[in-house]
Order: sequence, then structure tokens, then C-alpha cells
Amino acid sequence: MLRFLCVRLLAMVPLLVIVSFLIYSLIALVPGGPEVALAGSNPTPERIAAIREQLGLDEPFLVQYWNWFTDVLHGDLGTSFVDSQSVWSAIAHGFPVTLSLVGLTLLIAAVLGLALGLAAGLRPGSWVDRVSTVTASAFMALPYFWVGMMLVLVFAIQMRTLPAVGYVNFTDSPLDWLGHLILPAFSLATVPTAVVARQTRAAVTSVMQEDYIRTAVAKGLHPRRVAVKHVLKNAAVPVVTAFGVEANRLIGATVVIEQLFALPGVGKLAYFSVFSRDFPMVQGILLITAVLIMLVNLAVDLSYGYFNPKVKMS
Amino acid sequence: MTQSDSVDIRKPAAAPPGKDAGKDAGKEAGPIEPVSRTRAVVRRFRSNRSAVIGALLLLAIIVVTAAAPLIAPYGPAQVDISDRLSGPTAEHWLGTDTLGRDTLTRLMHGGRVSLAAAALAVVIATGIGLPLGLISGYFGGVVDWLLDRAADILMAFPAIILTIAIIAMVGPGLTTAMVSLGIVYAPRMYRVVRGSTLEVRREVYIEASTSIGTPHLTILRKRVLPNIMPAALVQLSFLLASALLAEVTVSLLGLGALPPTASWGSMLGQAFLEMRTNPSLAVYPGIAIAIATLCFNLIGDGLRDAFGRETRKAS
Repeated sequence: MLRFLCVRLLAMVPLLVIVSFLIYSLIALVPGGPEVALAGSNPTPERIAAIREQLGLDEPFLVQYWNWFTDVLHGDLGTSFVDSQSVWSAIAHGFPVTLSLVGLTLLIAAVLGLALGLAAGLRPGSWVDRVSTVTASAFMALPYFWVGMMLVLVFAIQMRTLPAVGYVNFTDSPLDWLGHLILPAFSLATVPTAVVARQTRAAVTSVMQEDYIRTAVAKGLHPRRVAVKHVLKNAAVPVVTAFGVEANRLIGATVVIEQLFALPGVGKLAYFSVFSRDFPMVQGILLITAVLIMLVNLAVDLSYGYFNPKVKMS
Repeated sequence: MTQSDSVDIRKPAAAPPGKDAGKDAGKEAGPIEPVSRTRAVVRRFRSNRSAVIGALLLLAIIVVTAAAPLIAPYGPAQVDISDRLSGPTAEHWLGTDTLGRDTLTRLMHGGRVSLAAAALAVVIATGIGLPLGLISGYFGGVVDWLLDRAADILMAFPAIILTIAIIAMVGPGLTTAMVSLGIVYAPRMYRVVRGSTLEVRREVYIEASTSIGTPHLTILRKRVLPNIMPAALVQLSFLLASALLAEVTVSLLGLGALPPTASWGSMLGQAFLEMRTNPSLAVYPGIAIAIATLCFNLIGDGLRDAFGRETRKAS
């Protein structure tokens, strides 16, 4: 296990070097170079030269990259072009918000998806199964931001029961924290819920056909009780798989949802940085999310071994 | 169930899934197996009710949006301030927006933009991912290793965040957005094609072709390509659903289709800005997106089931 972890972490190193190089190279796509984008309208050549000097753009590209990369390794992601804030602290500031949002989303998806999948898988072909399957298909097709807008419309604008925008720290008031996050989390949870429900349904129907279920039934146990017992044991694997698949999409989706609900997370920061052409901030966010996704994938792979000892760590 | 077996015997050269395989069938005595397989797949797809509904609905959407300039009741930018924010009426079936523009008209024109944008991204993703996946899976070795690592790297980014980061650098615009998205999605097609090619590569008929000296390119085109098509087609329909959602996301954020161009995304973005004052504006574009996405998913599921049972029977 430990050896597997070390090997996988080591394998991430070259990948990270290339990923970081790609991220840094993106700046080469800026028409005219970042100095022109930064200098505003009708800049003087002197101003452009000054910005180039300040950003170190006169150095060869590889040297620029190396300077940036060594800074990153020292925990310095650079400073924002917009407000001279440190990129690292800006991301660290928004991170708890995004983490809360994604965490709550995954929790909702797990509970709701398991319930739907279990109900459907225990009685395939029944009306429960059909309702569950249709719900999953609908959840799969509904655009999450549209779900968010409709939830705001119903719960915030019409019924006025929940706040539509803003964020409260968990440590300040857990209830308000939940109140501010529940609508965005529900809108993000639609697709993961559908994925978990489908995976669980497939797992349950296959478990129901196993010989040991027949044996247990022959012993006089109720088949459903047996299935629930065995399935709940095995359910973690499809849920975790779905999370792994959804992590990439979910992190991207926070950009829109945090904008929609005015949550001060990393997604909103990404949106703002893109609009204000804050290149160091964009690069920093890209790097952090890429690392995060690699770690999530690693965690998912590790959890397979934990939940199912039959899976070999190789 | 309507086709009799005699039809299969009379016409053994019906096109296998590869689009140019039909015309070559006479030159080389190809295996007859793909013929019946295609028919079986079509038959199974047709017997899947939800898949057929999805396909017909999508066809209807494509026809209506493609013909929008001809059949739409108004112009997409035709402003009528005196009739702004009307609810559904006989003149405006789905009402009008803040500028008095007809919602139905804008939905039809917007669908053109959104669907074409999604198609562009998927065409680029397939154009890159399919050939590279074939090469990677067929030849293996260093090329395969390098391409697979490249896919790893691209997959490490959240698609939307990478796309908007590219837009941040290059500047906004729907074409930029969709070209970037096409590149970001390429590994998803690549992975599926590569995996499928690896499986086909081990088949006896490939070994047979190689042993009689058939050039690699011919084997790839006539033997491998038709057999990886099922997997590629299924992935294609799911990628279309993702790409449509991505277009909407990017335009919603104001980084893709820019006003006054109507796209489903830009309509939702406008609705979002007026959420507090005119909440009903958000309803119809969302429904349009949901229906189109559902169609792609139903077709993808239907294709997977139709092909899936066949592969299980064959193995």
C-alpha cells in the first residue's frame, strides 16, 4: 500500500513539471504578449518596455518559466496583476468556500444517488425502478446552472425561505452556512446523483443474481434484507468511482455556480481573473486545480484497495 | 424485424459502420459478418423506444433550428419595445424579452449557434482524437506511450477551467471557445478509440491481414476503423451533450457567443442578469438545452445497448 502510494506520487512529479510548463506557456497565446494586454489602450512604447522589464519578459522564455516554477516550488505563485495580492493567499481565501460547496454536493449526491439506485435495483422493472431511472435521466440532462436559477426562483425569490446569494463561514454560524450552500449544492448535485444512482442500480441488480443471495434466501432470510446488507457493503465502490469521474466536471462547474450564487470561492476568483486578464491568477488557479484533480484520482484509486481487498495494488 | 433474411443474402455488401467501406466491398472479399451486424444494430436501435424518440426529437430540433431564418416568425434581433416582456400570446407563442424580441425566434436561432458550436468542438475532438487513438492502439510502443502521457496531461485539467483560461489569454469569442474545447476534449475520444483499437488489434482477422502482407494503412482503414466505430459513435453522442453544455456555460459567462447574437447560453446569461426582475426569461432556454441534452444521452445509451449486446454475443 505504502509502496503503491510512493510510486504513484513519484509518477506525478514529471507530469506536474509538464503541466506547469503548459500552464506557463499559455501566456504565449496572448496576442501581442501580456505587456500589451496590461498596458491599457494607446500605451507608449516606454510604458510597454517598463512592463516588460517589470515582468521579466525580456528574459528567454525557458528562463522565465524556470523562475516562475522555482517560485512555485517555494510556495510563491506570484502576485495578481489587478490588486497586487498574492495569488496563493487569494486562492487560499476562496478555497474553504469551494471545498464546502463541493463537499456538500458530494454528500447530497451520495445519499440521494444511493437511495435512488438501491430502490431501483432491488426491484428491477417495477414502478419504483422506472421512476428512479427517469429521475436519473432527467438529472443527467438538466443543465446544473439552470437548475440553480430555478431553485433561486422558487426558494429565494418566490418563497423567500433561503438566501439566493452570499456566504457565511461555518465557524460563524453552521446553520447559515448550510442555508447559503444548500441551493448551490443541490444544483451541482444533479449529475453526480444520477451517476451514483445508475452505478448503484447496476451493482445491486448484479448482486441480486449472485449465488450467495440464493443461498441466503434458501436459508429463509428475506432476499431484500440480504441484498441491502451485501450491497451497502459494496456500494462504496460505485459511489467513489462516480466521484472520481465527476470531480473534474464539478470543479469546472463551481465557476458558474459560485458566480450565480455570489459565493466568494475559487470558481468566482477564476471567473473574475479571466475577465480582468489577471494572468498570474489564472495560471495559479489552473495549477492548483490540476494538482487537486491528480490527487482526487489517486485517492479514488487508493480507496478501491481499501473498499475491496481483491483489487491488487500494482 | 421487418427485414427478411433473403435481403441479407441478396445484398451482402451493405455498408459496415465505416463510411467508405461500402464502395470497397466489391474489390476485396470482406467478411460478411459486419453486414449482418450493422443491420442487427440498426434493428436493435429501432426497437429501443426511448432511443428512437431521442433520435427523432433531435432530428426535429436540427431541422427547426437549421431552417430558423426561413420559418421563424420574426427576426432574431427584431426589437419591439412596445411589446416587451409579453407573456405567451397568439403573436408571441413563448412571449418576448426585455427588448421585445420574440423568444421562440431567438430560441430557434440560438439553437443554430449552440448546436453548431457543440458540433464544431466535437468535430475537432474527433479529428484529433480518432486518428491518434488508432495510431496509438495499433502501433503501440513509444508513440503510444507519448500520446497516452499527453492525454494524461490534458485530462488533468477541468475542461471548463482550461477552456476559459485559454479564452482569458486569446480573448473571448465562440469560435475560440469551441476550438479550445475541441482540443480539451480530444483525449476523451482518443482514450476510447485507443482502448477499442487495442482490443481489435488482437483479433485473428488482423493477424491474417498482416500475414498476407496487407499494408498497415489498409488494415487500419478497412479492418480496424469499422470495428472501433461503435465505441467512437457512442462516445461522440456523449461528447456532443458535454460540448453543448460547455457552449452554454461559456456563453452564459459572457465569454462565448456575445450579444446580440442569440445562443441558448447567451439567452440564459441575459436571463440570469434579469433574474430578479424577469425570472420567467430563464425557463425556455433551459428547457431547450435539457431536451437537446436528453436526446444526445438517449441516442448514446441506445447506441451503446445496440452495439453492446452484439459485442457480447460475438465474444
